[in-house]
Amino acid sequence: MVRENNLIIHMQDVCFSYPYGGQTILENLNFKLQKGEKLGLIGHNGSGKTTFLHIIMGLLPVSAGIVRILGNEVRTEKDFRVVRQKIGLLFQHADDQLFSPTVLEDVAFGLLNLGKSPAEARELSLKTLEQLNLKGFENRVTHKLSGGEKKLASLATVLVMQPRVLLLDEPTTGLDEATKERIISVLNNLDISYIIVSHEYDFLSRTTNDICTMKDGQIIYNGDSSMLHTHYHSHKMGKVSHEHHNGPI
Amino acid sequence: MITEPFINENSLIHRLDPRVRLVFATLYSFAVAVLNQFPALAWALFLSFLLVLLARLNFREVGRRLAMLNTLLLFFWVALPLTFEGEPIFSIGPISATREGVLLSAQITLKSNAILLAFIALVATSPLATLGHAMNRLCVPEKIVHLLLLTYRYVFVIEQEYQRLIRAAKIRGFCPKTDIHTYRTYAYLIGMLFVRASARAERVHQAMVCRGFKGKFYCLSEFSLTRLDVICSAFMVAAIIGLEMLEWFVKIT
Repeated sequence: MVRENNLIIHMQDVCFSYPYGGQTILENLNFKLQKGEKLGLIGHNGSGKTTFLHIIMGLLPVSAGIVRILGNEVRTEKDFRVVRQKIGLLFQHADDQLFSPTVLEDVAFGLLNLGKSPAEARELSLKTLEQLNLKGFENRVTHKLSGGEKKLASLATVLVMQPRVLLLDEPTTGLDEATKERIISVLNNLDISYIIVSHEYDFLSRTTNDICTMKDGQIIYNGDSSMLHTHYHSHKMGKVSHEHHNGPI
Repeated sequence: MITEPFINENSLIHRLDPRVRLVFATLYSFAVAVLNQFPALAWALFLSFLLVLLARLNFREVGRRLAMLNTLLLFFWVALPLTFEGEPIFSIGPISATREGVLLSAQITLKSNAILLAFIALVATSPLATLGHAMNRLCVPEKIVHLLLLTYRYVFVIEQEYQRLIRAAKIRGFCPKTDIHTYRTYAYLIGMLFVRASARAERVHQAMVCRGFKGKFYCLSEFSLTRLDVICSAFMVAAIIGLEMLEWFVKIT
């Protein structure tokens, strides 16, 4: 029996559909995330993975069901304001996340919102940039960064707030191998829980412990993420996710 | 798109506090705008030029901007002498040009060039981001400052999206003609651009909300006045007073 106070995110029978008779995206979804858990979430395009993350952050209202974060039920905008101090969401497109003219200002934005003084915010931001090997980037203009640099900078903007849970929405899309490696090493050095939505099995197997699939509006536990890998040999079903019951060949 | 060709020098002007530059550029513009006498106007143009020299700007770039302004002013030179009432200098058929019209055109030309040069030297020499913060510190309403900064940030993204759409149209053989297909395509492009810009704005707002945004922006940078700022402010105040005195006491009739 799992101790309740170890549950960070707990969803019970959550439903979501777009208003005015729109498509049903989540249907009686049940989900638990525990302290220290590192979870990969896979699923088809349009299966509701991003919607799921946005519901956790309170960006979308649920149609039915209960969402509990850190033991408390969250429902109103006021409840979610507290959630957002503890959970960080990395958006799929870095251009959506970085809106300030310079990197330093963008990283400091969240801290200033939390009520830190400018001096304190500056110091913490510089420290975070240094941890991500982005020293010297503080005065760079955000829209002039490369795709990989933008991604790392937006990761810094989330990590600087010292979240207890990190949600990453397709963090490796469009990135080169070197940047992916940097993200992998950053994630492996974090001791917080996170959920990664991704289509890249290799990336997930190196950053997560467990894998879930989103299907028909529900989240199903698949098992250990070490079973996920891209096939370097090829056979007919090599591109489809599947299990090797006898372990890797 | 927006380039900032004047920000990367390291001159006396660039070292001044952006707030000082902003305040004096504004005061100076008003001071020059109320001048009417030619000696004062000539001095104003000279002072502005001096500022450009002090800022060690690229003359070609400055020239390009002046050319744009003066093209516009050409229309004044055509229209004003012909329409302004006064003593005629010459006439072509029934239309005659007046002395007053010519003088007015000359005044407008001198004023606008002086103001533009001063703005290039004082304001265009700091990055827009810094300028935004300087405005913030000078108690310009926050909404205006952030409208400016966010526009500056996303105008590039929107331009990229526009280029992407245009490319998508081009690779499928679109070439603009004067027909309904072209107009419809452009209408779709612009419509799509609005849709995407609005969707983007939504996502940016969500990202901000996720980081605790509650409708208020906080400013990170702090400015401080140095001795250089004080000395330069004194000179600039003296220059403005000097110009106004010239206006009052040296008159050519």
